[in-house]
Amino acid sequence: MKNLEPVLIELKDLTKTYGNGDAAFQALKGIDLKIAKGEFVSIMGPSGSGKSTLMNLLGCLDRPTSGSYLYDGIAVENLDSVQLSLLRRFALGFIFQGFNLLARTSAIENVELPLLYRGIKRAKRKEMARDALAQVGLHDKERNTPAELSGGQQQRVAIARAIVTNPSTLFADEPTGNLDTETTGEIMDLLTRLNDDRGITILMVTHEDDVAAYAKRTVRVIDGLVYTDSIHSELTAL
Amino acid sequence: MIIMLGNAFFIALREIRRNLTRAFLTVLGVIIGVSAVVTMVTLGDGTTQAVKNQISDLGSNLMMVRPGSGFGPRARTAGVPNFTEADVDAIRDQVAGVAAIAPVRKASLSTIYLQAARNTQITGSTEDYFSINKWTLSAGRFFSESESRTGQAVAVIGDTVKTELFGSEDPLGQKIRVGQASLQVIGVLKAKGQAGMGDQDDTIVVPLTTMQRRLGGRTSGRDISEISISAEEGYDSDTLISDISSLLRQRRNLQSNQDDDFNVFDTRQIAETLSSSTELMTMLLSAVAAVSLLVGGIGIMNIMLVSVTERTREIGIRLAIGATAKEVLWQFLVEALTLSCVGGIVGIGLAFAFCSLLAPLIQIPFAFNAQINLIAFFFSALVGIVFGFAPARRASRLDPIDALRHE
Ligand SMILES: Nc1ncnc2c1ncn2[C@@H]1O[C@H](COP(=O)(O)OP(=O)(O)OP(=O)(O)O)[C@@H](O)[C@H]1O
Ligand SMILES: [Mg+2]
Repeated sequence: MKNLEPVLIELKDLTKTYGNGDAAFQALKGIDLKIAKGEFVSIMGPSGSGKSTLMNLLGCLDRPTSGSYLYDGIAVENLDSVQLSLLRRFALGFIFQGFNLLARTSAIENVELPLLYRGIKRAKRKEMARDALAQVGLHDKERNTPAELSGGQQQRVAIARAIVTNPSTLFADEPTGNLDTETTGEIMDLLTRLNDDRGITILMVTHEDDVAAYAKRTVRVIDGLVYTDSIHSELTAL
Repeated sequence: MIIMLGNAFFIALREIRRNLTRAFLTVLGVIIGVSAVVTMVTLGDGTTQAVKNQISDLGSNLMMVRPGSGFGPRARTAGVPNFTEADVDAIRDQVAGVAAIAPVRKASLSTIYLQAARNTQITGSTEDYFSINKWTLSAGRFFSESESRTGQAVAVIGDTVKTELFGSEDPLGQKIRVGQASLQVIGVLKAKGQAGMGDQDDTIVVPLTTMQRRLGGRTSGRDISEISISAEEGYDSDTLISDISSLLRQRRNLQSNQDDDFNVFDTRQIAETLSSSTELMTMLLSAVAAVSLLVGGIGIMNIMLVSVTERTREIGIRLAIGATAKEVLWQFLVEALTLSCVGGIVGIGLAFAFCSLLAPLIQIPFAFNAQINLIAFFFSALVGIVFGFAPARRASRLDPIDALRHE
């Protein structure tokens, strides 16, 4: 099935080593992975196995130590920092494990931020930001700053900020880590819709099996290596 | 490029508004530095200017002889005998290079005209006193040689005395009561203005004989407290001073092992004494100003360094959602420039207000010094920009994830 779609992401023997000398630690030990356009992949694995490290590399926030990363046919490791910025600006959305919202900045201004760098006009920007906040159920909190929001609400602002630009690929590092089951369900439905209706490719890290079940494929990472890669039965059954 | 700059402005202003306390403290640092330096230097300049004016008012060839040793604050005059009119005549007759000479006797007496009364410095001298001390008239005339010799009841009043006693009334021909005597005002001196030595225009000049006979109650022949001399043009003042000194030593019966108990000095010495004290003051002021500039700078530095962690994370977030390093740097540059300029302008405005308030109060001219304004402005702006911009530059070079992890 998935071979019908063109390949979007291709990793070959990707490694990441933190620090150097005696303190060096290899967090990724050679990842090989192919992801097609429009896929919804969950990445699972024990804590410290290298999931966030992998996501940061995929999201072009960090550079690999060795190996190659092709995104949509572009060799990412050859891009300079400006090109990486532009790739993030126009193609990628990222939901951080630790939210990373601007302090003392209202929810709507946080969500607007990526649009500002895309040069979108004020009125249109406000409209898109409101729309994104409404999608995550925060239409009544747009003036609140992060300090005035609960952990779950902050996470939803971070999600709104990542989807407001309608990116080609969405990277989500434990997007439901701070949410109750009900909100988790709503957010996962939203991600599924984005994947189904807009064809956004989604890579999502999670620890929970029932969250992973929303995805159509699960990659297990253990100790910096891909351990298993399974396509969900519902999908294979089709 | 235009869009990028517009965006940088928008984001920078938003970021300033969002962190008003930080912005305020930064601006405060600039304000303190700029206003202190500009105020100090402007006041220092004004004082120097005032002293210069005063010295040029004295003329270049004026000399004074006073009893006592030392000049200025260190003068010792207690118990030292005054001069006699014979001393004055001797100098006039025996010393070469003296163009004009006038004996001076001073007393502070009550002065009354109708209801108005005040204490005024009365100077008794001869008609030459006016030309030696470069006095000119705004109305009336000086007293003549015969009026001086015969001790007529006439007076020439200074500008301050005129306004204080007569207001807008014409003083010429009016009688004023000075001490026990009634004197007729025959002339008004043109104002010389305020000076560090006090109000020069608060004076009444009468003939010496008049003073001796009608005002002072003459106690002895030794009643000349000062001798005013103008030297001939081009005559060496050092020779003149030593000639006058040796004559007076002889007349005052000083032995060769005794020090002078009088003092001869010329405008150059007065100028040197005055300018050495203003130089000292300017140096002190500059030191205070430099410290303020430093304090302001350290204030800015502190604020910037304290917020580096937060700002580095901010940069990480901006880079992560697609800003380029250049865009982030423009934002920070605009922020730093805006704060520095606001602080600089407010600081200069404040200094201007201080100076225009203080200058008349301490009686100096208000001289606007554009150069020091610019220097203070640019120094503070530089501190603001360097400390606002340098951390931003470092952070924007990091990979976004490293900036985000900064602690
Ligand atoms: N900046 C860093 N410097 C040094 N070591 C790091 C750094 N970041 C991560 N590591 C190490 O790399 C390994 C993988 O970290 P990573 O954050 O990718 O784990 P994770 O799978 O996301 O874990 P979790 O499920 O807890 O989020 C860990 O052992 C961690 O200690
Ligand atoms: Mg993680």
